[in-house]
Amino acid sequence: MEETLNKNIKTEISVKNLNLHYGEFHALKNITMDIPEHEITALIGPSGCGKSTFMKTLNRMNDLEQGVKIDGTVLLDGVDIYKTMDAIELRKRVGMVFQQPNPFPKSIFENVVYGPRINGIRNKEKLMEICERSLKQAAIWDELKDRLNKSALGLSGGQQQRLCIARTLAVEPEVILMDEPTSALDPISTGKIEELAMQLKKDYTIVIVTHNMQQATRISDNTAFFLLGEMVEYGKTDDVFANPKDERTERYITGRFG
Amino acid sequence: MESGKETNRNTKITKSYYFRKEYLGRGFATGCGIFIIVLTFAIGIFLLVRGTGTFTKFHHSIAEFLFSADWSPVDTAQGSGGGVGAAIFIVGSLLTCGLALAMITPFALGAAVFMTEIAPKAGEKIFRPAVEIFVGIPSVVYGWIGLTVLVPFIRDVFHAKMGGYSVLAASIVLAVMIFPTITTVAADAIRSTPDSCRKAGYGLGSTRWQVIYRIVIPASKNGIFTGIILGLARAFGEALAVAMVIGKTKSFPKNLLSPTSNLTAEIAADMGNTASGGEANMALWSMALLLFLISMLFIFLIHLISGSGKKKEKD
Amino acid sequence: MIADQRTTMQKRVHNAQRMNRIMTVVFYCIGGFFLVLILVLAVYIIINGIRSIYPGVFGFDSDGIGNQFFNTVYLVFWSLLISVPIGVLAGIYMAEYAGDNKLTKFIRISIESLSSLPSIVVGLFGYLVFILYTGAKWNLMAGALAVSILSLPSITTTTEDAMRSLPKSYKAGSMALGATHWTTIHKVLLPACLPRIITGVILAAGRGFGEAAALLYTSGQSTRLNWSNWNITSKTCPLNPFRPGETLALHIWVMRTEGSLNAHSEEIANVCAMILVICVLLFSLAARMITKHVTRKQTGDNA
Repeated sequence: MEETLNKNIKTEISVKNLNLHYGEFHALKNITMDIPEHEITALIGPSGCGKSTFMKTLNRMNDLEQGVKIDGTVLLDGVDIYKTMDAIELRKRVGMVFQQPNPFPKSIFENVVYGPRINGIRNKEKLMEICERSLKQAAIWDELKDRLNKSALGLSGGQQQRLCIARTLAVEPEVILMDEPTSALDPISTGKIEELAMQLKKDYTIVIVTHNMQQATRISDNTAFFLLGEMVEYGKTDDVFANPKDERTERYITGRFG
Repeated sequence: MESGKETNRNTKITKSYYFRKEYLGRGFATGCGIFIIVLTFAIGIFLLVRGTGTFTKFHHSIAEFLFSADWSPVDTAQGSGGGVGAAIFIVGSLLTCGLALAMITPFALGAAVFMTEIAPKAGEKIFRPAVEIFVGIPSVVYGWIGLTVLVPFIRDVFHAKMGGYSVLAASIVLAVMIFPTITTVAADAIRSTPDSCRKAGYGLGSTRWQVIYRIVIPASKNGIFTGIILGLARAFGEALAVAMVIGKTKSFPKNLLSPTSNLTAEIAADMGNTASGGEANMALWSMALLLFLISMLFIFLIHLISGSGKKKEKD
Repeated sequence: MIADQRTTMQKRVHNAQRMNRIMTVVFYCIGGFFLVLILVLAVYIIINGIRSIYPGVFGFDSDGIGNQFFNTVYLVFWSLLISVPIGVLAGIYMAEYAGDNKLTKFIRISIESLSSLPSIVVGLFGYLVFILYTGAKWNLMAGALAVSILSLPSITTTTEDAMRSLPKSYKAGSMALGATHWTTIHKVLLPACLPRIITGVILAAGRGFGEAAALLYTSGQSTRLNWSNWNITSKTCPLNPFRPGETLALHIWVMRTEGSLNAHSEEIANVCAMILVICVLLFSLAARMITKHVTRKQTGDNA
């Protein structure tokens, strides 16, 4: 399937023969895919198909759960993230935005600079600079610049989600994973997040899990379709949606199941 | 952008980084967890060593300690040969606690039902804080009120000998003290009964009282028993409040209005006045050990109850 | 026949409804009785205490209770200094690090056992270890240690419950930014549940305030302080924790047993009881206010 991707674009993450077991349950079956740099790659599929689980293997968030067993290789810039890279270092390079906006119960400012702070940056001016840059990148600076010291929990859901994106950007990752980032939001906020993702791909590689096929066609460059722990089809978004190679993909995108 | 990237990621993930950011804190937390085990065992072992002196050093039998009423231990550092029968104190403890429990349980359960089923809003807003204050009042204060109000009252109303110091006074003080324990635990259990059970009951045309005593109370049986045992445990271990009103005479009570003594009152009164390591002193330590063992027994009973509850749910 | 059945049925329903009304009244009576009881108790203790005030009752000599009040506060301060760090760390361990294994089970049983120990038994353990085995005289520190054993389980459980009740997303969010587990705990989770822990600590302090049985044979039943003596090693220096330190609650007990030695013993005990009850009310009010404040904050109302 790799041949369907443009060979000129550098591969950021390369997954080979990845299997994941939750105890007895075989949740991911022999996944192999290359995720290109500075593009948006969408993971679609019905609930429980393993797309979120797969995404979590890319920054080892699965390490936090018990009874998870992983084999196969995941390379980030050619380095094996399970064998030779430290999970903490990996997560600084591969950031994540969650389904439910999850700001910490702190001020907006403290939320954004949380990452830099734990990385040892103490200089107040430097932190302010990072805060402003990250909020601007997340296109929310104008809305929040006058209330940086207010609690982040008082923001609307859409604002919270963009704040969480800013918080991720503050660590300056290479890859941003987004786990259904708009499923808890209204259409206007969803539009803003989608627009943001399109802008961010200039500097970052983005992987997004989505339930919403329109969203995948609107913003993604590549699409992977997951079903029952298997990656059924992976290719350029236009190709996957216009002429799916697999019959199951066709049935899913035409809305016949899932 | 690029320069920012470097400053931001200059922390190398090394062993010393992990030590500072993870293992140190984790080590302290684990250490404190283990400390709690060590502390509990230390208490048990120290009391066990000290409390068995009566049987090992002074060669009394356990049966004598538990069942004999001859309390005449020799109070010198070396002397021996007295009697160490603690039956009076054991009976005193059992009697006052049993009476307190019998007195208060129906009311405590009634109060628990009141604050959850009958008037849940007032229960949450007024009753719960009031019960918390009940719990918060120090036991010596209960003892002091018992001494200055209850004891004279019993003396005047029942013309009791010994000026009102009595089993009855001790039981009433204990009853008031354990009421909040039973009520809160029982109320929590009742509250956790699924609403669907109640609705099913009402749907079949039951009245509220029928729902309460046919559905809600049986469903929260385990929690209610746990509450009663916790109350009993508190009553058993209560020292000063009881000591102030029980009269501390070393004889069995003839009736509810006569004074007696119990384990805790005896320990509180005499531990400091006996020669350390002597027969009398060691007998008191044996009583302390007995208190410890009884509180362990209560824990065991609670586990038994919650264990059987879980098993039933699974079946 | 059918009519017969109908009348018995009606009778039954009627009876059930009457029973229901009776029991409702009974429950209201029980509830009302306890409310009245606590109100009468609290009001009686406070009024009785106020009526017993005489000139010099708040003084710092043998006629007053100033020293006892200071000892109480000082003892609770030391006991919290010991039990809060250990209890909070142990609570963190139980909520975040403890796996599903024997050790965890053991710790849980230990916490439960500790919390159900009668305070006099803890006091006797303190007496044995901190007084008899060290060969020390009665001292306030021994009392503080005994009280910290009593408050340790509740602080541990409060911390564990508070941490477990936090949204899982806090931890995920922090870990996804490359924080270690411990950094996550102390930068995000602990601050987030701090108000609940403080509430628990206040309640534990309240219990320490009124504790007497555990202090009977540890901190001693007397106190002699010299308020111009600031030599910390001196037996009469107020700040020296290794001196006898009788507390308010213990003073009530002492006033009963050695009451004949003091002409004011009954008044003193009444005033002590009043102060203790007022403190309990204040502590539970403070705890309540913190809880309320937090609930408001967590619903995001303060933006």
